[in-house]
Amino acid sequence: MSRLGELLERGDELIITGEAPVIDGGTLADYEAKLAELAPWCDAMNATDNTAAHAHASNVAMAIAMQRLGVEPILQVVCRDKNRIAQQADIMGAALHGVENICCLTGDDVTAGDESEARRVFDLDGPQLIRLASSLREGRYLSGRSVGTPPALVIGAVENPGAPPLDYRAQRAAKKIMAGARYLQLQICYHPDRLEAFVAALHQGGWTERCAILPSVVAVKGAGPLRFMDASVPGISVPAEVIGRVADAAEPAEEAYRLVREQCEHALSLPGVRGLHLTDFRKDGSMARLCTDLGIKPRSEREQHAHHRVVAV
Amino acid sequence: MGLVSALEHVVKKPIWDCRMCGQCVLHDTGMTCPMTCPKTLRNGPCGGVREDGHCEVKPEMRCVWVKAEERSRTLPLMPQDWREHFNNLRPPVDNRLQGTSSWQNLLSGRDRETPPGWTPEPAEAEQAEA
Ligand code: SF4
Repeated sequence: MSRLGELLERGDELIITGEAPVIDGGTLADYEAKLAELAPWCDAMNATDNTAAHAHASNVAMAIAMQRLGVEPILQVVCRDKNRIAQQADIMGAALHGVENICCLTGDDVTAGDESEARRVFDLDGPQLIRLASSLREGRYLSGRSVGTPPALVIGAVENPGAPPLDYRAQRAAKKIMAGARYLQLQICYHPDRLEAFVAALHQGGWTERCAILPSVVAVKGAGPLRFMDASVPGISVPAEVIGRVADAAEPAEEAYRLVREQCEHALSLPGVRGLHLTDFRKDGSMARLCTDLGIKPRSEREQHAHHRVVAV
Repeated sequence: MGLVSALEHVVKKPIWDCRMCGQCVLHDTGMTCPMTCPKTLRNGPCGGVREDGHCEVKPEMRCVWVKAEERSRTLPLMPQDWREHFNNLRPPVDNRLQGTSSWQNLLSGRDRETPPGWTPEPAEAEQAEA
């Protein structure tokens, strides 16, 4: 079973996932260099699926590349570009290479990307895709045909705690958990009150016992990327005070760092939160600083610690 | 298009902007047609809904699911179980039914047929483990 799967089963230790940078042209060595900063801190990293509707090296190819480079992949699968037949083929194809973690998303619309004229597919939606992955894990395609040996899929999903209709978001997360999601990577949320209300509703409903909640944080270097996210990333709103706090600071890069550290501390303080999903846009060594400041050990040390504990028991 | 589907279209198009998917779920979705969502989502709002409740894809349009969620709570005269069904997991669309009458498919039960590999909830074993 994947490390992520084991962590989910053990049920108490911290889980850190990361958004692996995308790659376009290049070689495995180039990709390894791109992963180098974040990978040592993560239990698993997302092999994204044409993120923000921009074409890149495919999710399956990046997941296999990670596998070869010793980084545990999470195969992200979105509904925008492929129909159910192709989605099943991708999941089974990646599983053939030992990729077991998958994360199911509806996905941004084609209009979010640089080829807005493309046909949008959305044959399935996010919750249906989760259920389909559960079927594969149970040993059959949607048609009912056997897959042979069922892949030990570790199925996850995403939810956005910060987008309307706010009061409904936790119910939608519960729907995904019922469909088979065992971890949820949350969309980055610049409204701490919304994140808090969302996690509290899931925790009170007992859902956090069945599903690990991993709020996202995005490390940026200044106010520019915050403004960009607010204006251009679907479903993300960044309050003017937050942008102002970074923009008006004497050292914007340092203030942006403090902001992301506070977001991590806040998220980890919420009952029902199991860990974090990290995205790094700074690329200046801040990930090591952030994890050290938060008292998060590198993956290798956490792994060793867990083994000791198993032996001690 | 048969006579019944033509009639259905005449009635449902002006009121709900019906797209004739042939497997109507209006009663479970606050009488708001999910096929008018640009992503044709049948299971709730995507993560791209704008801060003002408008659609990621069409900024001038209110998100279909924001509307549906609100109506599923507030529409008068709706049976309670229609409200309760709002968060149910609806199966993938059967694309063969496009253009056929959902009224006929409701009567024949055709609209409730799902692929053999589809069950609304994961198998028992997996649930126990979860
Ligand atoms: S914002 Fe609402 S209407 Fe627009 S694509 Fe998303 S769910 Fe559909």
